Amino acid sequence: MAEIIVVTSGKGGVGKTTTSAAIGTGLALQGHKTVIIDFDVGLRNLDLIMGCERRVVYDFINLINGESNLNQTLIKDKRIDNLSILPASQTRDKDALTIEGVQKVLDELKKTYDFIICDSPAGIEKGAMMAMYFADRAVVVTNPEVSSVRDSDRILGILQSKTLRAENGGEPVREHLLLTRYSPERVEKGEMLSVKDVEDILSIPLLGVIPESKAVLSASNQGNPVILDEESDAGQAYKDAVRRLLGENVEHRFLTASRKGILSRMFGGR
Amino acid sequence: MSQIDLFNTVSRSVRSGAQQGPSSENGHNNNAQATTTQAVPTTPTAPKTKGTTIAGTMHATDSALDSDAAFKLKGNRVTMTILELYRYDYKSFNDTLATTVNSAPDFFNQTPVILSLEKCAPDCYIDFIELGELCREYGLVPVAIRGGSEEQSVSANVAGLPKLPAASMSGKSSDIVPDASAALREVRVEVPVSANKLITTPIRSGQQVYAPGGDLVIIAPVSAGAEILADGNIHVYGPLRGRALAGVKGDTSARIFCQSLEAELISIAGNYKVNEDLQKEHWKERIQARLEGNQLVIGPL
Ligand SMILES: Nc1ncnc2c1ncn2[C@@H]1O[C@H](COP(=O)(O)OP(=O)(O)OP(=O)(O)O)[C@@H](O)[C@H]1O
Ligand SMILES: [Mg+2]
Repeated sequence: MAEIIVVTSGKGGVGKTTTSAAIGTGLALQGHKTVIIDFDVGLRNLDLIMGCERRVVYDFINLINGESNLNQTLIKDKRIDNLSILPASQTRDKDALTIEGVQKVLDELKKTYDFIICDSPAGIEKGAMMAMYFADRAVVVTNPEVSSVRDSDRILGILQSKTLRAENGGEPVREHLLLTRYSPERVEKGEMLSVKDVEDILSIPLLGVIPESKAVLSASNQGNPVILDEESDAGQAYKDAVRRLLGENVEHRFLTASRKGILSRMFGGR
Repeated sequence: MSQIDLFNTVSRSVRSGAQQGPSSENGHNNNAQATTTQAVPTTPTAPKTKGTTIAGTMHATDSALDSDAAFKLKGNRVTMTILELYRYDYKSFNDTLATTVNSAPDFFNQTPVILSLEKCAPDCYIDFIELGELCREYGLVPVAIRGGSEEQSVSANVAGLPKLPAASMSGKSSDIVPDASAALREVRVEVPVSANKLITTPIRSGQQVYAPGGDLVIIAPVSAGAEILADGNIHVYGPLRGRALAGVKGDTSARIFCQSLEAELISIAGNYKVNEDLQKEHWKERIQARLEGNQLVIGPL
Protein backbone atom coordinates (compact mmCIF):
# COMPACT_ATOMS: atom_id res chain seq x y z
CA MET A 1 0.00 0.00 0.00
CA ALA A 2 1.47 3.31 -1.07
CA GLU A 3 2.02 5.94 1.59
CA ILE A 4 1.72 9.62 0.87
CA ILE A 5 4.04 11.78 2.95
CA VAL A 6 3.82 15.55 2.84
CA VAL A 7 6.84 17.64 3.80
CA THR A 8 5.45 20.89 5.07
CA SER A 9 6.22 23.79 7.41
CA GLY A 10 4.13 26.88 6.99
CA LYS A 11 7.18 29.11 7.14
CA GLY A 12 9.34 29.46 4.06
CA GLY A 13 12.98 28.59 3.65
CA VAL A 14 13.21 26.19 6.58
CA GLY A 15 14.42 23.22 4.54
CA LYS A 16 11.36 21.49 3.09
CA THR A 17 12.80 20.91 -0.35
CA THR A 18 16.16 19.86 1.08
CA THR A 19 14.26 17.41 3.29
CA SER A 20 12.00 16.08 0.53
CA ALA A 21 15.03 15.36 -1.61
CA ALA A 22 16.92 13.74 1.23
CA ILE A 23 14.07 11.61 2.54
CA GLY A 24 12.87 10.58 -0.90
CA THR A 25 16.39 9.56 -1.86
CA GLY A 26 16.88 7.79 1.47
CA LEU A 27 13.70 5.74 1.07
CA ALA A 28 14.70 4.76 -2.46
CA LEU A 29 18.16 3.76 -1.22
CA GLN A 30 16.44 1.45 1.26
CA GLY A 31 14.76 -0.29 -1.66
CA HIS A 32 11.40 1.43 -1.67
CA LYS A 33 10.00 2.68 -4.94
CA THR A 34 9.68 6.40 -4.35
CA VAL A 35 8.50 9.47 -6.20
CA ILE A 36 8.98 13.06 -5.06
CA ILE A 37 6.41 15.60 -6.25
CA ASP A 38 7.18 19.31 -6.32
CA PHE A 39 4.02 21.17 -5.37
CA ASP A 40 5.72 24.56 -5.46
CA VAL A 41 4.14 25.71 -8.68
CA GLY A 42 5.91 28.78 -10.05
CA LEU A 43 9.02 28.41 -7.90
CA ARG A 44 10.21 24.98 -8.74
CA ASN A 45 13.52 24.02 -7.24
CA LEU A 46 13.25 20.39 -6.29
CA ASP A 47 14.67 19.52 -9.70
CA LEU A 48 17.69 21.75 -9.00
CA ILE A 49 18.39 20.09 -5.68
CA MET A 50 17.97 16.69 -7.31
CA GLY A 51 20.18 17.74 -10.20
CA CYS A 52 17.68 16.89 -12.93
CA GLU A 53 16.63 20.37 -14.01
CA ARG A 54 17.98 19.91 -17.52
CA ARG A 55 15.86 16.89 -18.15
CA VAL A 56 12.48 18.44 -17.45
CA VAL A 57 10.11 18.20 -20.41
CA TYR A 58 6.64 18.07 -18.93
CA ASP A 59 5.50 18.96 -15.44
CA PHE A 60 2.90 18.19 -12.78
CA ILE A 61 0.36 20.59 -14.28
CA ASN A 62 0.74 19.09 -17.75
CA LEU A 63 0.04 15.75 -16.19
CA ILE A 64 -3.03 17.02 -14.35
CA ASN A 65 -4.36 18.61 -17.51
CA GLY A 66 -3.80 15.43 -19.47
CA GLU A 67 -1.27 17.07 -21.75
CA SER A 68 1.29 14.43 -20.95
CA ASN A 69 1.30 10.96 -19.46
CA LEU A 70 3.08 9.60 -16.42
CA ASN A 71 5.91 8.04 -18.40
CA GLN A 72 6.67 11.22 -20.25
CA THR A 73 6.52 13.39 -17.18
CA LEU A 74 8.31 11.49 -14.43
CA ILE A 75 12.06 11.97 -14.40
CA LYS A 76 13.94 8.88 -13.39
CA ASP A 77 16.87 9.54 -11.11
CA LYS A 78 20.18 8.62 -12.71
CA ARG A 79 21.83 7.56 -9.47
CA ILE A 80 19.09 5.50 -7.84
CA ASP A 81 16.87 2.99 -9.59
CA ASN A 82 13.80 3.28 -7.42
CA LEU A 83 13.55 7.04 -7.52
CA SER A 84 11.55 9.43 -9.70
CA ILE A 85 10.85 13.13 -9.60
CA LEU A 86 7.68 14.88 -10.69
CA PRO A 87 8.69 18.49 -11.33
CA ALA A 88 6.50 21.51 -10.74
CA SER A 89 5.59 23.92 -13.45
CA GLN A 90 7.61 27.10 -13.42
CA THR A 91 5.19 29.09 -15.45
CA ARG A 92 1.62 28.18 -14.68
CA ASP A 93 -0.35 29.59 -11.85
CA LYS A 94 -1.40 27.68 -8.78
CA ASP A 95 -5.07 27.55 -9.74
CA ALA A 96 -4.22 24.74 -12.10
CA LEU A 97 -3.84 22.53 -9.01
CA THR A 98 -7.23 21.05 -8.23
CA ILE A 99 -8.28 18.38 -5.78
CA GLU A 100 -9.59 16.20 -8.60
CA GLY A 101 -6.47 16.72 -10.68
CA VAL A 102 -4.10 15.95 -7.82
CA GLN A 103 -6.15 12.94 -6.84
CA LYS A 104 -6.04 11.56 -10.35
CA VAL A 105 -2.26 11.76 -10.46
CA LEU A 106 -1.81 10.36 -6.95
CA ASP A 107 -4.12 7.45 -7.69
CA GLU A 108 -2.06 6.66 -10.75
CA LEU A 109 1.22 6.86 -8.81
CA LYS A 110 -0.11 4.75 -5.97
CA LYS A 111 -0.32 1.79 -8.30
CA THR A 112 3.45 1.54 -8.71
CA TYR A 113 5.12 3.48 -5.90
CA ASP A 114 5.63 2.62 -2.23
CA PHE A 115 6.18 6.18 -1.12
CA ILE A 116 4.94 9.45 -2.58
CA ILE A 117 6.72 12.46 -1.10
CA CYS A 118 4.97 15.79 -1.55
CA ASP A 119 7.27 18.80 -1.28
CA SER A 120 4.94 21.56 -0.11
CA PRO A 121 5.36 25.23 -0.86
CA ALA A 122 5.54 27.62 2.07
CA GLY A 123 2.45 29.30 3.45
CA ILE A 124 -1.06 28.00 3.92
CA GLU A 125 -2.35 28.87 0.49
CA LYS A 126 -3.71 26.57 -2.13
CA GLY A 127 -0.44 24.88 -3.09
CA ALA A 128 0.28 23.94 0.51
CA MET A 129 -3.28 22.74 1.03
CA MET A 130 -3.12 20.56 -2.08
CA ALA A 131 0.21 19.08 -1.02
CA MET A 132 -1.18 17.94 2.33
CA TYR A 133 -4.75 17.08 1.41
CA PHE A 134 -4.21 13.40 0.58
CA ALA A 135 -1.36 12.79 3.00
CA ASP A 136 -1.13 9.76 5.26
CA ARG A 137 1.80 11.21 7.14
CA ALA A 138 3.34 14.62 7.52
CA VAL A 139 6.94 15.60 8.15
CA VAL A 140 6.71 19.02 9.73
CA VAL A 141 9.98 20.80 9.07
CA THR A 142 10.79 23.33 11.77
CA ASN A 143 13.73 25.58 12.55
CA PRO A 144 14.54 26.19 16.19
CA GLU A 145 13.12 29.68 16.33
CA VAL A 146 9.83 31.04 17.58
CA SER A 147 8.25 32.08 14.30
CA SER A 148 8.98 28.78 12.61
CA VAL A 149 7.57 26.86 15.57
CA ARG A 150 4.46 28.98 15.55
CA ASP A 151 3.91 28.32 11.85
CA SER A 152 4.44 24.61 12.33
CA ASP A 153 1.85 24.66 15.08
CA ARG A 154 -0.53 26.31 12.69
CA ILE A 155 0.16 23.70 10.04
CA LEU A 156 -0.47 20.91 12.55
CA GLY A 157 -3.89 22.36 13.22
CA ILE A 158 -4.64 22.42 9.51
CA LEU A 159 -3.39 18.85 9.07
CA GLN A 160 -5.90 17.75 11.68
CA SER A 161 -8.80 19.63 10.18
CA LYS A 162 -8.41 20.23 6.46
CA THR A 163 -7.10 16.97 5.07
CA LEU A 164 -8.98 14.09 3.56
CA ARG A 165 -8.24 12.00 6.62
CA ALA A 166 -9.62 14.71 8.87
CA GLU A 167 -12.73 15.04 6.75
CA ASN A 168 -13.31 11.30 6.70
CA GLY A 169 -12.93 11.21 10.46
CA GLY A 170 -10.76 8.10 10.40
CA GLU A 171 -7.16 7.71 11.48
CA PRO A 172 -5.66 11.19 11.53
CA VAL A 173 -2.57 12.15 9.55
CA ARG A 174 0.52 10.84 11.38
CA GLU A 175 2.75 13.74 12.34
CA HIS A 176 6.52 13.79 12.58
CA LEU A 177 8.65 16.67 13.78
CA LEU A 178 11.87 17.29 11.88
CA LEU A 179 14.01 19.99 13.42
CA THR A 180 16.43 21.36 10.84
CA ARG A 181 19.27 23.88 10.79
CA TYR A 182 19.90 23.02 14.43
CA SER A 183 22.95 24.59 15.95
CA PRO A 184 23.75 23.25 19.41
CA GLU A 185 26.25 26.07 19.99
CA ARG A 186 23.60 28.70 19.45
CA VAL A 187 21.13 26.79 21.59
CA GLU A 188 23.64 26.77 24.41
CA LYS A 189 24.11 30.49 24.06
CA GLY A 190 20.36 30.88 24.32
CA GLU A 191 20.03 32.22 20.79
CA MET A 192 17.89 29.35 19.60
CA LEU A 193 15.20 27.12 21.00
CA SER A 194 16.35 23.71 22.14
CA VAL A 195 14.98 20.39 20.90
CA LYS A 196 13.10 20.09 24.17
CA ASP A 197 11.59 23.56 23.85
CA VAL A 198 10.25 22.75 20.41
CA GLU A 199 8.99 19.30 21.41
CA ASP A 200 7.24 20.88 24.40
CA ILE A 201 5.43 23.39 22.27
CA LEU A 202 4.46 21.14 19.38
CA SER A 203 4.05 17.91 21.33
CA ILE A 204 4.43 15.55 18.38
CA PRO A 205 7.00 12.76 18.02
CA LEU A 206 10.50 13.77 16.93
CA LEU A 207 11.61 12.23 13.66
CA GLY A 208 15.04 13.79 13.68
CA VAL A 209 17.31 16.74 14.23
CA ILE A 210 19.32 17.92 11.23
CA PRO A 211 22.27 20.10 12.21
CA GLU A 212 23.05 23.35 10.47
CA SER A 213 25.65 22.25 7.98
CA LYS A 214 27.71 23.68 5.13
CA ALA A 215 27.30 20.35 3.41
CA VAL A 216 23.67 21.19 2.62
CA LEU A 217 24.48 24.19 0.47
CA SER A 218 27.32 22.55 -1.37
CA ALA A 219 25.24 19.44 -1.98
CA SER A 220 22.38 21.41 -3.44
CA ASN A 221 24.76 23.44 -5.59
CA GLN A 222 25.94 20.18 -7.08
CA GLY A 223 22.44 18.85 -7.49
CA ASN A 224 23.15 16.02 -5.09
CA PRO A 225 20.74 15.40 -2.23
CA VAL A 226 22.74 15.80 0.96
CA ILE A 227 21.85 12.31 2.17
CA LEU A 228 24.25 10.99 -0.48
CA ASP A 229 27.09 12.82 1.29
CA GLU A 230 27.80 10.13 3.83
CA GLU A 231 30.63 12.03 5.43
CA SER A 232 28.46 14.96 6.42
CA ASP A 233 26.63 15.26 9.70
CA ALA A 234 23.50 16.48 7.91
CA GLY A 235 23.62 13.50 5.53
CA GLN A 236 23.94 11.08 8.43
CA ALA A 237 21.19 12.80 10.37
CA TYR A 238 18.84 12.46 7.39
CA LYS A 239 19.79 8.80 7.07
CA ASP A 240 18.83 8.23 10.69
CA ALA A 241 15.55 10.09 10.12
CA VAL A 242 14.68 7.85 7.16
CA ARG A 243 15.28 4.77 9.28
CA ARG A 244 13.01 6.15 11.98
CA LEU A 245 10.39 6.93 9.36
CA LEU A 246 10.50 3.26 8.44
CA GLY A 247 9.88 2.33 12.04
CA GLU A 248 13.40 1.67 13.30
CA ASN A 249 14.47 2.87 16.69
CA VAL A 250 17.56 5.00 16.14
CA GLU A 251 19.18 7.14 18.79
CA HIS A 252 19.32 10.87 18.11
CA ARG A 253 22.72 12.37 17.29
CA PHE A 254 24.22 15.82 16.75
CA LEU A 255 22.31 17.33 19.66
CA THR A 256 25.20 18.72 21.66
CA ALA A 257 27.84 21.30 20.93
CA SER A 258 30.79 19.45 22.37
CA ARG A 259 33.26 18.92 19.58
CA LYS A 260 34.62 15.72 20.96
CA GLY A 261 36.52 13.14 19.02
CA ILE A 262 35.00 9.89 17.93
CA LEU A 263 36.66 8.08 20.84
CA SER A 264 35.10 10.13 23.56
CA ARG A 265 31.77 9.77 21.83
CA MET A 266 32.18 6.03 21.76
CA PHE A 267 33.15 5.91 25.40
CA GLY A 268 30.15 7.68 26.73
CA GLY A 269 31.08 11.33 26.36
CA ARG A 270 28.06 13.50 26.05
CA MET B 1 -40.28 -15.25 11.75
CA SER B 2 -37.85 -15.09 14.60
CA GLN B 3 -38.73 -15.29 18.16
CA ILE B 4 -37.17 -12.20 19.61
CA ASP B 5 -35.81 -9.03 18.33
CA LEU B 6 -32.95 -7.31 20.01
CA PHE B 7 -32.87 -3.68 19.25
CA ASN B 8 -29.56 -2.49 20.22
CA THR B 9 -28.07 0.86 20.85
CA VAL B 10 -24.43 0.02 20.96
CA SER B 11 -22.43 1.92 18.41
CA ARG B 12 -21.57 0.27 15.14
CA SER B 13 -17.86 0.31 15.59
CA VAL B 14 -18.04 -1.86 18.65
CA ARG B 15 -20.11 -4.37 16.84
CA SER B 16 -18.56 -4.18 13.41
CA GLY B 17 -20.55 -6.94 11.91
CA ALA B 18 -19.80 -9.30 14.74
CA GLN B 19 -23.28 -10.60 15.02
CA GLN B 20 -26.22 -11.47 12.99
CA GLY B 21 -29.57 -12.03 14.33
CA PRO B 22 -31.04 -15.43 14.46
CA SER B 23 -31.63 -16.53 10.93
CA SER B 24 -35.21 -17.22 10.27
CA GLU B 25 -34.92 -20.99 10.18
CA ASN B 26 -33.96 -20.98 13.82
CA GLY B 27 -37.05 -19.18 14.77
CA HIS B 28 -39.34 -21.96 13.66
CA ASN B 29 -40.22 -23.93 16.62
CA ASN B 30 -43.88 -23.73 16.55
CA ASN B 31 -44.32 -26.74 18.68
CA ALA B 32 -47.60 -25.46 19.99
CA GLN B 33 -47.01 -22.53 22.19
CA ALA B 34 -47.89 -22.75 25.81
CA THR B 35 -46.82 -26.23 26.74
CA THR B 36 -46.00 -24.70 30.08
CA THR B 37 -49.33 -23.40 31.07
CA GLN B 38 -49.15 -23.99 34.75
CA ALA B 39 -50.85 -21.51 36.95
CA VAL B 40 -48.83 -19.01 38.82
CA PRO B 41 -50.17 -17.04 41.68
CA THR B 42 -50.64 -13.53 40.54
CA THR B 43 -51.24 -11.77 43.73
CA PRO B 44 -51.24 -8.03 43.55
CA THR B 45 -49.09 -7.98 46.65
CA ALA B 46 -46.14 -8.91 44.54
CA PRO B 47 -42.62 -8.52 45.84
CA LYS B 48 -41.39 -5.00 45.64
CA THR B 49 -39.55 -4.46 42.42
CA LYS B 50 -36.00 -3.34 42.37
CA GLY B 51 -35.25 0.30 41.90
CA THR B 52 -34.79 1.29 38.34
CA THR B 53 -32.61 3.86 36.72
CA ILE B 54 -34.53 3.86 33.54
CA ALA B 55 -36.27 6.85 32.15
CA GLY B 56 -38.06 8.67 34.80
CA THR B 57 -37.44 11.62 36.97
CA MET B 58 -37.77 10.84 40.58
CA HIS B 59 -37.16 13.32 43.25
CA ALA B 60 -36.11 12.18 46.60
CA THR B 61 -36.98 14.12 49.65
CA ASP B 62 -35.25 17.41 50.05
CA SER B 63 -32.62 15.67 52.04
CA ALA B 64 -29.92 16.16 49.46
CA LEU B 65 -27.90 18.14 51.92
CA ASP B 66 -28.63 15.99 54.95
CA SER B 67 -25.34 14.49 55.81
CA ASP B 68 -26.98 11.26 56.99
CA ALA B 69 -28.71 10.49 53.68
CA ALA B 70 -27.18 7.38 52.17
CA PHE B 71 -28.24 8.15 48.65
CA LYS B 72 -30.25 10.37 46.44
CA LEU B 73 -32.47 9.41 43.57
CA LYS B 74 -31.85 11.17 40.33
CA GLY B 75 -33.59 11.16 37.02
CA ASN B 76 -31.53 9.92 34.14
CA ARG B 77 -31.79 8.37 30.73
CA VAL B 78 -29.80 5.43 29.59
CA THR B 79 -29.60 3.51 26.36
CA MET B 80 -30.85 -0.04 26.59
CA THR B 81 -31.11 -3.14 24.55
CA ILE B 82 -34.66 -4.15 23.87
CA LEU B 83 -35.65 -7.78 23.52
CA GLU B 84 -38.78 -7.81 21.46
CA LEU B 85 -40.74 -10.92 22.18
CA TYR B 86 -43.12 -12.38 19.62
CA ARG B 87 -44.26 -15.42 21.59
CA TYR B 88 -42.94 -17.53 24.39
CA ASP B 89 -42.22 -21.13 25.02
CA TYR B 90 -39.17 -22.57 26.64
CA LYS B 91 -37.72 -24.37 23.67
CA SER B 92 -38.12 -21.80 20.96
CA PHE B 93 -37.01 -19.00 23.26
CA ASN B 94 -33.98 -20.98 24.29
CA ASP B 95 -33.10 -21.82 20.68
CA THR B 96 -33.42 -18.28 19.45
CA LEU B 97 -31.45 -16.99 22.37
CA ALA B 98 -28.68 -19.49 21.80
CA THR B 99 -28.38 -18.55 18.15
CA THR B 100 -28.41 -14.87 18.88
CA VAL B 101 -25.86 -15.02 21.60
CA ASN B 102 -23.58 -17.56 19.98
CA SER B 103 -23.18 -15.35 16.97
CA ALA B 104 -21.55 -12.83 19.30
CA PRO B 105 -20.44 -14.66 22.39
CA ASP B 106 -18.62 -11.73 23.93
CA PHE B 107 -21.23 -9.20 23.19
CA PHE B 108 -23.71 -10.03 25.89
CA ASN B 109 -22.02 -9.71 29.19
CA GLN B 110 -24.49 -8.95 31.92
CA THR B 111 -26.26 -6.77 29.42
CA PRO B 112 -29.43 -5.27 30.84
CA VAL B 113 -32.40 -5.65 28.52
CA ILE B 114 -35.96 -4.45 28.46
CA LEU B 115 -38.53 -7.02 27.41
CA SER B 116 -40.91 -5.53 24.95
CA LEU B 117 -44.25 -7.33 24.85
CA GLU B 118 -45.77 -5.01 22.32
CA LYS B 119 -45.57 -7.59 19.53
CA CYS B 120 -46.72 -10.42 21.71
CA ALA B 121 -50.31 -11.63 21.78
CA PRO B 122 -52.00 -10.29 24.92
CA ASP B 123 -53.14 -13.75 25.94
CA CYS B 124 -49.74 -15.35 25.50
CA TYR B 125 -48.59 -16.81 28.77
CA ILE B 126 -45.02 -15.94 29.63
CA ASP B 127 -43.17 -17.55 32.48
CA PHE B 128 -41.02 -14.58 33.41
CA ILE B 129 -39.07 -16.43 36.05
CA GLU B 130 -38.05 -19.10 33.60
CA LEU B 131 -37.41 -16.52 30.89
CA GLY B 132 -35.27 -14.49 33.28
CA GLU B 133 -33.17 -17.50 34.17
CA LEU B 134 -32.66 -18.38 30.54
CA CYS B 135 -31.63 -14.83 29.74
CA ARG B 136 -29.16 -14.62 32.58
CA GLU B 137 -27.62 -17.90 31.50
CA TYR B 138 -26.73 -16.18 28.24
CA GLY B 139 -25.55 -12.91 29.73
CA LEU B 140 -28.73 -10.92 29.32
CA VAL B 141 -30.32 -9.42 32.40
CA PRO B 142 -33.98 -8.45 32.01
CA VAL B 143 -34.70 -5.37 34.09
CA ALA B 144 -38.20 -4.38 33.09
CA ILE B 145 -41.00 -4.99 30.66
CA ARG B 146 -42.66 -2.63 28.32
CA GLY B 147 -46.14 -3.00 26.91
CA GLY B 148 -48.13 -6.20 27.34
CA SER B 149 -51.48 -7.03 28.81
CA GLU B 150 -52.65 -6.59 32.38
CA GLU B 151 -52.05 -10.28 33.10
CA GLN B 152 -48.61 -10.23 31.63
CA SER B 153 -47.68 -7.22 33.73
CA VAL B 154 -48.79 -8.92 36.88
CA SER B 155 -46.76 -12.04 36.23
CA ALA B 156 -43.78 -9.90 35.28
CA ASN B 157 -44.14 -8.03 38.50
CA VAL B 158 -44.08 -11.28 40.40
CA ALA B 159 -40.81 -12.11 38.72
CA GLY B 160 -39.36 -8.78 39.82
CA LEU B 161 -39.79 -7.02 36.49
CA PRO B 162 -41.54 -3.67 36.73
CA LYS B 163 -43.46 -2.27 33.84
CA LEU B 164 -42.15 0.82 32.15
CA PRO B 165 -44.64 3.43 31.11
CA ALA B 166 -45.00 2.84 27.41
CA ALA B 167 -44.85 6.48 26.44
CA SER B 168 -41.50 7.15 28.00
CA MET B 169 -39.59 4.95 25.63
CA SER B 170 -41.71 4.02 22.73
CA GLY B 171 -41.30 7.39 21.06
CA LYS B 172 -37.91 6.76 19.57
CA SER B 173 -38.11 3.12 18.82
CA SER B 174 -40.88 3.83 16.38
CA ASP B 175 -38.00 4.91 14.18
CA ILE B 176 -37.33 1.34 13.40
CA VAL B 177 -39.35 -0.37 10.84
CA PRO B 178 -40.32 -3.65 12.36
CA ASP B 179 -38.52 -6.07 10.15
CA ALA B 180 -38.27 -9.64 11.20
CA SER B 181 -35.37 -10.43 8.93
CA ALA B 182 -32.89 -8.36 10.86
CA ALA B 183 -33.03 -9.32 14.44
CA LEU B 184 -30.45 -6.93 15.70
CA ARG B 185 -31.02 -3.39 14.82
CA GLU B 186 -30.03 -0.10 16.19
CA VAL B 187 -32.22 2.32 17.94
CA ARG B 188 -31.03 5.51 19.38
CA VAL B 189 -32.95 6.24 22.51
CA GLU B 190 -32.35 9.87 22.98
CA VAL B 191 -29.64 10.66 25.49
CA PRO B 192 -29.57 14.32 26.30
CA VAL B 193 -26.25 15.67 25.11
CA SER B 194 -24.56 17.89 27.60
CA ALA B 195 -23.50 21.32 26.50
CA ASN B 196 -20.03 20.69 27.86
CA LYS B 197 -17.29 20.09 25.37
CA LEU B 198 -14.35 17.75 25.81
CA ILE B 199 -11.31 18.10 23.57
CA THR B 200 -8.52 15.54 23.62
CA THR B 201 -6.18 16.79 20.91
CA PRO B 202 -3.94 19.87 20.98
CA ILE B 203 -5.55 23.17 20.02
CA ARG B 204 -3.14 24.70 17.55
CA SER B 205 -2.28 28.23 16.58
CA GLY B 206 -5.09 29.73 14.49
CA GLN B 207 -7.72 27.36 15.83
CA GLN B 208 -10.69 28.40 17.88
CA VAL B 209 -12.88 26.23 20.06
CA TYR B 210 -16.08 27.39 21.69
CA ALA B 211 -18.35 25.56 24.12
CA PRO B 212 -21.67 27.35 23.90
CA GLY B 213 -23.88 26.93 26.93
CA GLY B 214 -21.40 24.88 28.94
CA ASP B 215 -17.89 24.12 30.10
CA LEU B 216 -14.88 23.49 27.93
CA VAL B 217 -12.51 20.74 29.04
CA ILE B 218 -9.25 20.27 27.19
CA ILE B 219 -6.87 17.47 28.02
CA ALA B 220 -4.08 18.61 25.69
CA PRO B 221 -1.95 21.72 25.22
CA VAL B 222 -3.48 24.94 23.95
CA SER B 223 -0.94 26.62 21.68
CA ALA B 224 -0.03 30.25 21.47
CA GLY B 225 -2.22 31.75 18.78
CA ALA B 226 -5.17 29.51 19.64
CA GLU B 227 -8.35 30.77 21.24
CA ILE B 228 -10.69 28.83 23.51
CA LEU B 229 -14.04 30.12 24.69
CA ALA B 230 -16.87 28.86 26.85
CA ASP B 231 -20.10 30.18 28.26
CA GLY B 232 -19.14 28.32 31.43
CA ASN B 233 -15.80 27.27 32.91
CA ILE B 234 -12.62 26.35 31.09
CA HIS B 235 -10.37 23.52 32.22
CA VAL B 236 -7.06 22.91 30.51
CA TYR B 237 -5.17 19.82 31.62
CA GLY B 238 -2.03 20.89 29.86
CA PRO B 239 -0.20 24.15 29.29
CA LEU B 240 -2.43 27.08 28.38
CA ARG B 241 -0.44 29.18 25.93
CA GLY B 242 -3.19 30.77 23.88
CA ARG B 243 -6.18 32.92 24.79
CA ALA B 244 -8.85 31.60 27.12
CA LEU B 245 -12.17 33.35 27.61
CA ALA B 246 -14.67 31.90 30.07
CA GLY B 247 -18.16 33.16 30.78
CA VAL B 248 -18.28 34.86 27.41
CA LYS B 249 -22.03 35.42 27.70
CA GLY B 250 -21.50 37.24 30.97
CA ASP B 251 -21.44 34.47 33.58
CA THR B 252 -19.32 36.08 36.30
CA SER B 253 -19.14 32.86 38.29
CA ALA B 254 -17.20 31.10 35.51
CA ARG B 255 -13.63 30.12 36.24
CA ILE B 256 -10.54 29.10 34.33
CA PHE B 257 -8.30 26.26 35.46
CA CYS B 258 -5.05 25.19 33.87
CA GLN B 259 -1.98 23.09 34.56
CA SER B 260 0.52 25.70 33.43
CA LEU B 261 -0.31 29.34 32.97
CA GLU B 262 1.51 30.57 29.87
CA ALA B 263 -1.44 32.34 28.31
CA GLU B 264 -1.57 35.27 25.96
CA LEU B 265 -4.78 36.42 27.57
CA ILE B 266 -7.35 35.15 29.99
CA SER B 267 -10.76 36.63 30.46
CA ILE B 268 -13.83 35.95 32.56
CA ALA B 269 -17.07 37.63 31.60
CA GLY B 270 -15.13 40.31 29.79
CA ASN B 271 -12.64 41.05 32.58
CA TYR B 272 -9.25 40.15 31.25
CA LYS B 273 -5.54 40.12 31.82
CA VAL B 274 -2.97 40.08 29.06
CA ASN B 275 0.27 38.19 28.91
CA GLU B 276 2.33 41.06 30.27
CA ASP B 277 0.32 41.09 33.50
CA LEU B 278 -0.02 37.35 33.66
CA GLN B 279 3.75 36.87 33.64
CA LYS B 280 4.00 38.73 36.94
CA GLU B 281 2.56 35.98 39.12
CA HIS B 282 1.96 32.24 39.00
CA TRP B 283 3.59 32.09 35.58
CA LYS B 284 3.88 28.47 34.41
CA GLU B 285 2.05 27.30 37.52
CA ARG B 286 -1.20 25.45 38.10
CA ILE B 287 -3.79 28.10 38.64
CA GLN B 288 -7.41 28.94 38.82
CA ALA B 289 -8.73 32.30 37.75
CA ARG B 290 -12.01 33.76 38.97
CA LEU B 291 -13.72 37.06 39.45
CA GLU B 292 -13.87 38.92 42.72
CA GLY B 293 -16.21 41.72 41.91
CA ASN B 294 -14.84 43.04 38.68
CA GLN B 295 -11.34 41.96 39.53
CA LEU B 296 -9.82 38.97 37.79
CA VAL B 297 -7.98 37.06 40.49
CA ILE B 298 -5.44 34.38 39.79
CA GLY B 299 -4.48 31.97 42.51
CA PRO B 300 -2.76 28.62 42.89
CA LEU B 301 -4.83 25.52 42.44
N1 LIG C 1 20.54 21.71 7.63
C1 LIG C 1 20.85 22.81 6.89
N2 LIG C 1 22.01 23.44 7.10
C2 LIG C 1 22.33 24.54 6.38
N3 LIG C 1 21.53 25.08 5.46
C3 LIG C 1 20.35 24.51 5.21
C4 LIG C 1 19.94 23.34 5.92
N4 LIG C 1 18.71 23.00 5.48
C5 LIG C 1 18.38 23.89 4.52
N5 LIG C 1 19.37 24.81 4.36
C6 LIG C 1 19.36 25.93 3.44
O1 LIG C 1 18.21 26.69 3.64
C7 LIG C 1 17.74 27.21 2.42
C8 LIG C 1 16.28 26.84 2.23
O2 LIG C 1 16.19 25.45 2.07
P1 LIG C 1 15.01 24.77 1.25
O3 LIG C 1 14.92 25.32 -0.11
O4 LIG C 1 15.13 23.31 1.41
O5 LIG C 1 13.81 25.32 2.10
P2 LIG C 1 12.25 25.28 1.73
O6 LIG C 1 11.56 25.13 3.04
O7 LIG C 1 11.98 24.28 0.70
O8 LIG C 1 12.03 26.71 1.16
P3 LIG C 1 10.69 27.25 0.42
O9 LIG C 1 9.74 27.55 1.53
O10 LIG C 1 11.15 28.47 -0.29
O11 LIG C 1 10.24 26.15 -0.47
C9 LIG C 1 18.63 26.66 1.33
O12 LIG C 1 19.57 27.64 0.99
C10 LIG C 1 19.30 25.48 1.99
O13 LIG C 1 20.56 25.26 1.48
MG1 LIG D 1 10.93 24.45 -1.19
